[in-house]
Amino acid sequence: MTGPHDVSQEIHARLFPFPRAHLLTSSDLARPDVDALLDLADAFLDFGRQSAKSLDLLRGRTLINLFFENSTRTQGSFEIAGKRLGADVINMAVGASSVAKGETLIDTAATLASMRPDLLVVRHWGSGAADLLSRKVGCSVINAGDGQHEHPTQALLDLLTLRRAFGPDVGSLKIAICGDIQHSRVARSNVGLLQAMGCEVRLIAPPTLLPGEVDRWGAKVFTDMVQGIQDVDVVMMLRLQRERMNGGYVPSMREYFRFWGLDADKLAHAAPRAKVMHPGPMNRGVEIDSSVADDPAVSLIADQVEAGVALRMAVLASLSERMEASR
Amino acid sequence: MSGRGLALINARLVDPATGYDGPGCLVARDGRIEAIEFQPSFSSRPEDVRVIDCEGAVLAPGLVDLRVKTGEPGAETRETLRSAADAAASGGVTTLVLQPDTHPAVDEPALIDFLLRRGRALDSVRILAAGALTQGLRGEALAEIGLMSEAGAVYFTDVDHLISDSRVLRRAMTYAGAFDALIAHRPDDAFLSQGAAATGGELASRMGLPAAPAIAERMGLERDLALAESTGARLLVDQVTTAAALEVLKRARGAGVDAAATVSINHLCFNEFDIADYRTFMRLDPPLRPEADRLALIEAVRDGVIDAIVSAHTPVPAEGKRLPFAEAEPGSVGLETLLAGVLTLHHEAGLSLVECLRPVTSGPAELIGLEAGRLGEGALADLVLFDPDAPIVVDSDRLISRSNNSCFDGRRLQGRVLLTVAEGRIVWRDAEA
Repeated sequence: MTGPHDVSQEIHARLFPFPRAHLLTSSDLARPDVDALLDLADAFLDFGRQSAKSLDLLRGRTLINLFFENSTRTQGSFEIAGKRLGADVINMAVGASSVAKGETLIDTAATLASMRPDLLVVRHWGSGAADLLSRKVGCSVINAGDGQHEHPTQALLDLLTLRRAFGPDVGSLKIAICGDIQHSRVARSNVGLLQAMGCEVRLIAPPTLLPGEVDRWGAKVFTDMVQGIQDVDVVMMLRLQRERMNGGYVPSMREYFRFWGLDADKLAHAAPRAKVMHPGPMNRGVEIDSSVADDPAVSLIADQVEAGVALRMAVLASLSERMEASR
Repeated sequence: MSGRGLALINARLVDPATGYDGPGCLVARDGRIEAIEFQPSFSSRPEDVRVIDCEGAVLAPGLVDLRVKTGEPGAETRETLRSAADAAASGGVTTLVLQPDTHPAVDEPALIDFLLRRGRALDSVRILAAGALTQGLRGEALAEIGLMSEAGAVYFTDVDHLISDSRVLRRAMTYAGAFDALIAHRPDDAFLSQGAAATGGELASRMGLPAAPAIAERMGLERDLALAESTGARLLVDQVTTAAALEVLKRARGAGVDAAATVSINHLCFNEFDIADYRTFMRLDPPLRPEADRLALIEAVRDGVIDAIVSAHTPVPAEGKRLPFAEAEPGSVGLETLLAGVLTLHHEAGLSLVECLRPVTSGPAELIGLEAGRLGEGALADLVLFDPDAPIVVDSDRLISRSNNSCFDGRRLQGRVLLTVAEGRIVWRDAEA
């Protein structure tokens, strides 16, 4: 067991300047950068398990959490990550106020830019919103989810979770992503990143929740979950929003659970010792059965949340390192 | 009593109406072409004229643009008739047809009259107007097609508001027959395209954008053509953008349906990959299509399947574009870049000048019964003089239009307008020419 002092030394040893000014998509990062980032996140994960959890790597830096969509866990995760690194974290509640007053996203961005933050974490319902902001503000932008496009830190934390569960050879894993692929930024970010790692990625969904020409994403596509789950090492479940379950895309909740919900019976078709992941928040009894979600032998869901804070600390710290380096 | 004339000599005359492309000179007087000769200068010197030496530049009929939106009345910060006319003149467009989706909608004769009067008072290019097909563009009750025709409306359209109730469109087409009115309608399926910002396919699904399948256009077109066939209406298909719809159009025409079609210059010059960086200037309606569609459209222009190329000039203020892609207001300004855009068909796709100018001159003029778009003695003296090869770089910040949302922003094009003449009057002259 390493002591507190050793861990922070480890962190300093692994610090590296982030290769880009912003983190907008999971494909922004080349393989070596991903490895370096996850190594750093690993160290932060160990660090987070200590009783004293604060560092001063981001002292004097301002991080703004700009969430146009409500999010408890992602916003909280970034907030904790920022605070543990010593940054001043400000949560901007923009959901209702400025949008209702007709302010454009760029106006909001200009206002924020004038406050001179160093890091801007943004979640917005519009695909491409983070990209748009990154062109208009002078600070680093981290995409915490843009519409149905990307959610790169989720994909990275999923990868970190996998690495810790399966060891460094994640590229040999077979991974099924199951659920509302069409509306999922988590799926898009994960497909790109996992494929770049060399994983075999499968997509499982009812036909109405598969994106157009999804067969060209380079993943095997299934509408039959039992077939799709055959021999996979990991099942990543996606959240299905309730408003999409009432006849719009699928006829009913119970029909969805019958065919695409994950329970122990369906999971039995996966490889022995297969693991289950979910980005949260879960709809228990809709896409995932509690017996699976809560089984510590198969569920990595709690690990994902823990990895989330560590991974985000790694992203923030390396972006800050980049700022130091370019000073 | 006749005024002083304007003699243009040493020109390369291009007249899409006759197919002539060769040396020539002409005299414009009192708004009309008084004399034209197919040699560099006149056999006998015309009297009382101001002479301009074209130095071999192309002299063609002024452009006719059937689809122009301004903000007048109701949204003058976007574009006024004045700024649109100035933009048109600088782009060599001498006739433009206003769209009725203003505030209020142009759905009654007094508004047509108002716009035409305002247009004439500008003493610039010719400003014509299309009337609404249904009251308030709501797709329910017929607008006063007869009275608006009398007031000068050149065709009828609900612009981007689809008439999804087939009974309403059928009645409008039937009724329009009494006035031989031209009916324009966007070929689309309102339910499939609702909320869409891109064409369904791999790119849109990777970008996470709400998308409509391209077949929505074909489906809408098939319905519109069936209605036109059964009612005998003159249909103007307002912007074909897909290869599948072109095939449907050709088949219907082969069967004798009276349908003409337009395409926007944007869909001839850009494809869906131009939205890949979420640049909202590229957010258009209909959305940009795959390259195969663009190439099919160019062939359709070459083959004469397309009757008119429109600029689809749609001024959108900054607040409408400074938004995430799907939320941004669709549209691009285009009056100033229409000619250079059309010339890319000449430079890149190998169309002759006659072939690529026809759908912006005589093609649209014939559709609306306008005696412009051609060169010849007695014709309206609407002219554009341009250097087809001169390189230009489009800078949206330097456009004359009040809104700068040009999807050509930053593009390198060829074709510089040197002189624009509307009914014999010089309305634009390049400062460097």
